[in-house]
Amino acid sequence: MPAKKSLAMLLGSVLMFGSTQLMAAPTASMLADTCAGCHGPDGSSMGPAIPNIAGVSAEYFNTVMKEYAEDDRASTIMGRIARGYTTEEIALMADFYAAKKLKSTTQKLDTAKVDAGSKLYKKNCSKCHDEFGALADDDSGILAGQWLPYLHYSMEDFQAGNREMPKKMKKKIKKLSAAEIETLLQFFASQQ
Amino acid sequence: MTQIKRRDFIKIAGATAAVSAFGFPAIAAAGGKKKVVIVGGGTGGATAAMYIRRGDPSIEVTLIEPNEHYYTCYMSNEVLSGARSLDSIKFGYDGLRKHGVTVVHDMVTGIDAKAKKVSTKGGKSFGYDRCIVAPGISFKDNIAGYDEAAHKLMPHAWKAGEQTKILHGQIEAMKDGGTVLIAPPPNPFRCPPGPYERACQIASYLKKSKPKSKVLILDAKDKFSKKGLFTQAFERHYKGIIEWVPAKDTGGGIKSVDAKAGTATTGSGDVHKADVTNIIPAQVAGKIAHTAGLTNESGWCPVDHKTFESTIHKGIHVIGDAAIQKPLPKSGYAANSEAKVTAAAVVDLVNGREPGTPSWVNTCYSIVAPADGISVAMVYNFVDGKVAKVKGSGGLTSKDSTPAERAREVQYAYSWFNNITTDAFGGY
Repeated sequence: MPAKKSLAMLLGSVLMFGSTQLMAAPTASMLADTCAGCHGPDGSSMGPAIPNIAGVSAEYFNTVMKEYAEDDRASTIMGRIARGYTTEEIALMADFYAAKKLKSTTQKLDTAKVDAGSKLYKKNCSKCHDEFGALADDDSGILAGQWLPYLHYSMEDFQAGNREMPKKMKKKIKKLSAAEIETLLQFFASQQ
Repeated sequence: MTQIKRRDFIKIAGATAAVSAFGFPAIAAAGGKKKVVIVGGGTGGATAAMYIRRGDPSIEVTLIEPNEHYYTCYMSNEVLSGARSLDSIKFGYDGLRKHGVTVVHDMVTGIDAKAKKVSTKGGKSFGYDRCIVAPGISFKDNIAGYDEAAHKLMPHAWKAGEQTKILHGQIEAMKDGGTVLIAPPPNPFRCPPGPYERACQIASYLKKSKPKSKVLILDAKDKFSKKGLFTQAFERHYKGIIEWVPAKDTGGGIKSVDAKAGTATTGSGDVHKADVTNIIPAQVAGKIAHTAGLTNESGWCPVDHKTFESTIHKGIHVIGDAAIQKPLPKSGYAANSEAKVTAAAVVDLVNGREPGTPSWVNTCYSIVAPADGISVAMVYNFVDGKVAKVKGSGGLTSKDSTPAERAREVQYAYSWFNNITTDAFGGY
């Protein structure tokens, strides 16, 4: 009986793919669930530093993973992980996490800085990081409710040239002081 | 009141068994509910319970674990240095209950693969469609004199909790100028980088509080996990404090102890009387795996890598440290990853579907100094019926990584800990 079944499967796959490749790709949840050990269940991280990935747009996820794999974006560990997947597998994970809703985080923030940041946000960031950094569809990642240490690391990488900054962002960042940038990061972290 | 309920349940269960014995389809008698019993509530067992419930909430999942709390082995080395509290590595099972898992605190004493029944010390019996065994490790008698009484005097602290507390207390009570002897086990064992991270954590405390003290590692091996990075850490942070001695220089490391006299003797006959002696014995699968006949001559459990079903007993899956899962390591993250693969396979199997293609990840951090973290990672796929490393993926932290990157890895390690424990114990 098992022999019969595998023969049927073999024929099935030959018919479908015209090859003898038997192994189907892992499902989206099979692939994506392996991320949860570090990024939290369904991509909502408990912090303090590993970022949330729940709800990021598929476009953003795909781009970032490609950059990690090719060492175009600085990372400690993500390059090593990203190189383990095909473009198709990454796309499955991207769709999986795009469909997840981010759970709100609680982190210690400085209210005065958050307030100051909210004033700077509109003028400097709102065009690309829409809805206070919460809109996935702008493909800029989700900054709202993101863990503050991660936002610090990202900004350090941007400013050190280890991660490519969009031209418009570069111009804006240049004009802001370190203290002002800090208030912006605190503001984004405070958003739910 | 719950007791009455339980008794009623047993009566009903007994009646159902009788009905099925008379030829009624078991499925109808059991009301169509599929049952999975999980033996062991560590990282693997708890994750499997969570992910079966996520995959198919109609499945009744019962997890049987003797202890009301689980202390994670990962991060327990930070308890030894005082960097974190024992409470911070302690997890209960309310998270699993919240997700619909029935948690029973009892000791499993037998698994009948033919009758598909698990029996406990408390005299209960649990029928199952699929059973998942996640028993962790037990110790071999490879060190003469290292008996139960010796465990208290020369703690292994390789199962976290009470043992961690004893070892921490001994290190705290030690005089400045004392020596902590660590005897790491031969391969294979739980948490391959663990003994060396432990040496760093203890040395980190000594450097600060008892600077004339030493950590002597008398290894049963000539090489070990992340060796290059650990050697760099010993040099960089603990020069003159940590000394590592390979097996070839001592006749194979520590071979016997006299716990009362406080001595440990190497294979070449050198007697060491350290102020604190941490003996980590050689390991095999947890006890129940042996009782249930799930182990082979190696003392570990052979499994089909696609589903982690035992190749000895059908219907029983073995995950975590106890399984023969190479090239996956015996780590907490691998247990978490194996549990998810197994949960998906079990959900498919009880629903009469062919299990899908598995995928695994391992990520393991070691904190070698307060702002110096290192890691090893790997993505695994399924090739020719076995777990395989995906070529080009994974690897170690670079030896040349900057202090800033090392500091990030510490924060990532803490995040890793928060997330894997939330994922496994259902803290969401």
